[in-house]
Amino acid sequence: MSATTTAPKPGSTALPAFRPSMKVPLSLGILALIALVFFGFLGPDQTAEMKISDAGDAVAVPALMIPGQVGGVVLGILLLAMAAYSIYLWTQGERSPKWLPIAFAVVFVFALLVWIVAGARQPSISLAGLVAGSVTLAVPLVFGSLSGVLCERVGVVNIAIEGQLLGGAFTAALVATMTGSPYIGLIAAAAAGAAVSMVLAVFSIKYLVNQIIVGVVLNVLVSGLTGFLYGTLMVPNKEQFNTPGRLDILPIPLLSDIPIIGPILFEQSIAGYLMYIAVAVVWFGLFKTRWGLRVRAVGEHPQAADTLGINVNATRFRNVTLGGAIAGIGGAVFTLVTIDSFTKDISGGRGFIALAALIFGRWNPIGAFLASLLFGFAYNLQSILGIIGTPVPSQFMAMLPYLVTIFAVAGLVGKSRPPAASGIPYVKG
Amino acid sequence: MGVVKLELKGISKAFGTFYANQDIDLVVESGQIHCLLGENGAGKSTLMNVLYGLYEPTAGQILVDDQPVNFRGPGDAMAAGIGMVHQHFMLVPVFTVAENVALGAEPTTFGGVLSIDETRKKIREISDKYGFDVDPDALVEDLPVGVQQRVEIIKALVREAKVLILDEPTAVLTPQETDELLDIMRQLKAGGTSIVFISHKLREVKAVSDVITVVRRGKVVGDAPPSASATELASMMVGRPVSLSLNKAPAQPKETTFVVENLTVRAANGTNVVDGISFTIAQGEILAVAGVQGNGQTELTEAILGVQEHVTGSVTLDGKQLLGLPVKDVLRSGVGFVPEDRTVDGLVGPFSVAENLVLDLYDQAPFASGISMKPAKVAEHAKAKIEEFDIRTPSAGSAAGTLSGGNQQKVVMARELSRPLRLFIASQPTRGVDVGSIEFLHKRIVAERDVGTPVMIVSTELDEVIELADRIAVLYKGKLVGIVPAGTPRDTLGLMMAGVGPEGGSDD
Repeated sequence: MSATTTAPKPGSTALPAFRPSMKVPLSLGILALIALVFFGFLGPDQTAEMKISDAGDAVAVPALMIPGQVGGVVLGILLLAMAAYSIYLWTQGERSPKWLPIAFAVVFVFALLVWIVAGARQPSISLAGLVAGSVTLAVPLVFGSLSGVLCERVGVVNIAIEGQLLGGAFTAALVATMTGSPYIGLIAAAAAGAAVSMVLAVFSIKYLVNQIIVGVVLNVLVSGLTGFLYGTLMVPNKEQFNTPGRLDILPIPLLSDIPIIGPILFEQSIAGYLMYIAVAVVWFGLFKTRWGLRVRAVGEHPQAADTLGINVNATRFRNVTLGGAIAGIGGAVFTLVTIDSFTKDISGGRGFIALAALIFGRWNPIGAFLASLLFGFAYNLQSILGIIGTPVPSQFMAMLPYLVTIFAVAGLVGKSRPPAASGIPYVKG
Repeated sequence: MGVVKLELKGISKAFGTFYANQDIDLVVESGQIHCLLGENGAGKSTLMNVLYGLYEPTAGQILVDDQPVNFRGPGDAMAAGIGMVHQHFMLVPVFTVAENVALGAEPTTFGGVLSIDETRKKIREISDKYGFDVDPDALVEDLPVGVQQRVEIIKALVREAKVLILDEPTAVLTPQETDELLDIMRQLKAGGTSIVFISHKLREVKAVSDVITVVRRGKVVGDAPPSASATELASMMVGRPVSLSLNKAPAQPKETTFVVENLTVRAANGTNVVDGISFTIAQGEILAVAGVQGNGQTELTEAILGVQEHVTGSVTLDGKQLLGLPVKDVLRSGVGFVPEDRTVDGLVGPFSVAENLVLDLYDQAPFASGISMKPAKVAEHAKAKIEEFDIRTPSAGSAAGTLSGGNQQKVVMARELSRPLRLFIASQPTRGVDVGSIEFLHKRIVAERDVGTPVMIVSTELDEVIELADRIAVLYKGKLVGIVPAGTPRDTLGLMMAGVGPEGGSDD
């Protein structure tokens, strides 16, 4: 290094020592106390049954039986210990390690689960079902957030994920019904998502219209258009236009019998397998290939890319289109996997949750995948808890996914850095 | 290494009706350092962007080894053996050195999978050959600018550039880094690479060039040998005789009226961008603050004016504490302030010259009474100042933003000097100003000193600091490295700008 750096001056103006933010230790402490008091001391006295394996599984694992109050106290003390460790680190002027908030969150959620289940009319849930259902609900979110990753990494903000999902869902239902094949419906959904995305690409890249505005307008446009076609076409002629049938579940023999991870990984429709493949391929592509290096360069410093002979706007156009196609496949999941028909606004704001997942996942495909799983878990918990009859009002349970989103994005993300040129149109010269 | 002869024939580049380049002929012989000398806005960078394929020429032809070529983009130029180091580096800050070097010409294995190891190896080879000392795995944003520049040079060399264009490469460097760069240029030349060196700094140009081509207002004025005197070269750049030395009288410092004590400015990230700075300025002397850009100069001057937040310490003028006062009160205390970026902070571009000349006094007699302004008085004032400061403008009503850089700066200077001052602060008083106007502005600054005002100049141009200063304060990373008298050797100042104290290694 040629830079000459001065040696630190012992006698110069003394500065207060660096102190990490006390946001993390403080919030952990408060949450641990809440858990101990409400889930523990004021907890329900029923015993919660957590089934790990289903009756038909090859390996039977006994269910976890956790007494509500005792379990709450034990978990609460565990949480308190973690919070204390974090506070201790803070007094030593050190940051809490990254795993600590994550481990804390896992234990906290478990304590919450015990509290709710033990207080329910029917104090028993299947953990395997809970996790598997979470993955199923997360599939459209994963596709949506991958679309966001592809767009933002190349410098285009994709607010239109919602519209791409919805366009995909509608087209999948329509085409699958008309052709009689859900697989053709799936391909059509990708094309529809790409078409929505191309509108975004043309306006934001070629005509330099504000990307947020184009995205919002597209969401409204797709919602209106599919709503109109649904009302005029699908409702009166359900047999002809809105009975797509489902994508077959293709369990992989033997592997799908493993408890918990079997149904998650190896008992999916083609869309579910495509999701795993897409996450892996996008990650590998972005970080290990020439294509990815160029994409990221365009999203970080388009002018630098331009001076090296990379066509910035063509790269952006391609990526945004590809992102749309991926989101379109995610949309097809609504109408070909989750249920087997289209209804108005079936995506129900999942596109925006996918956007949050992408930010929570720090613009990284794997991060976005994990964040989507978390949101999928929140969605699933809401419906399962409704079924077993918790004392918590259902309106409150319906808020759960969005509460998780807000806390995740606001609290745990910290300072993450989006691609530098995200949202900024590139004009030569 | 192959050698390339580069020829530009009758190149013109127009933006609308404005010709940035007009009918330019230029021959860069192989293995030479060919300097393109001209003022800011003379069209040097435009010409090089044409050569590099970023702009398409309106007319004219580029020949490489006597073969006409047509560059559709930088890719074509690179393929023809032309590399360019831009004034503003074209590096992705969050990428490693190796990723930046690989970008656009990535070595890959099957299926486009990056094999970045190959690039690493090449970087090490080049780095060892020229003594660059660049770590291929360092993140670019963590590197000092001097090293970033070497990464840019490596980028060109990896692509086997035979002609290297360096666009104002020394603008961001300390004098030491500049000397190192000049050495690197000589080494590259010895290795057979031709260099086109764009600059407006006469000293560097004379030190390293084989041929100098002077450009003025988009046209080639002529060639000069490096043995030509600085005055000759400056006159060619400006188009009329200029005197480069100021010949100012020695300072007659009187009472010390401006005292800064332990001034500290804390940035949002918790670091001190200005760190415990103390100095004084007496009436009738110029203190010049030197330092490489971004070492706290901006924050220092803005803290004195009162537009910085999180400032501690003390700033007194005539015994009165300025810290904590609203900006308006600071100005009313007799502070004249020329901001470093006139287009952002110094002028309101769409306003007329006349209005800009009274931006600080518009609400006071004689320009206003009660709530009404007096346009006649404003116009009268403008007429006087335009004459006094030789502001070249179509009329007093022309929008200030349409004037040339030098004339805009004269408007700012005229406004700030038209009040009775107790302190005058000028930041980058001649940045982007033509050589002719520099002379004039410098004389005005000295004149203000001679009427007994304490004057503080902040400049990143060492030449300007040496020219104007009665005493020189050097900033490095927000700290005052030291205050030395005028006449301190350039080398010492250069070391100070890199953080090394004036006496050996100590800082204080």
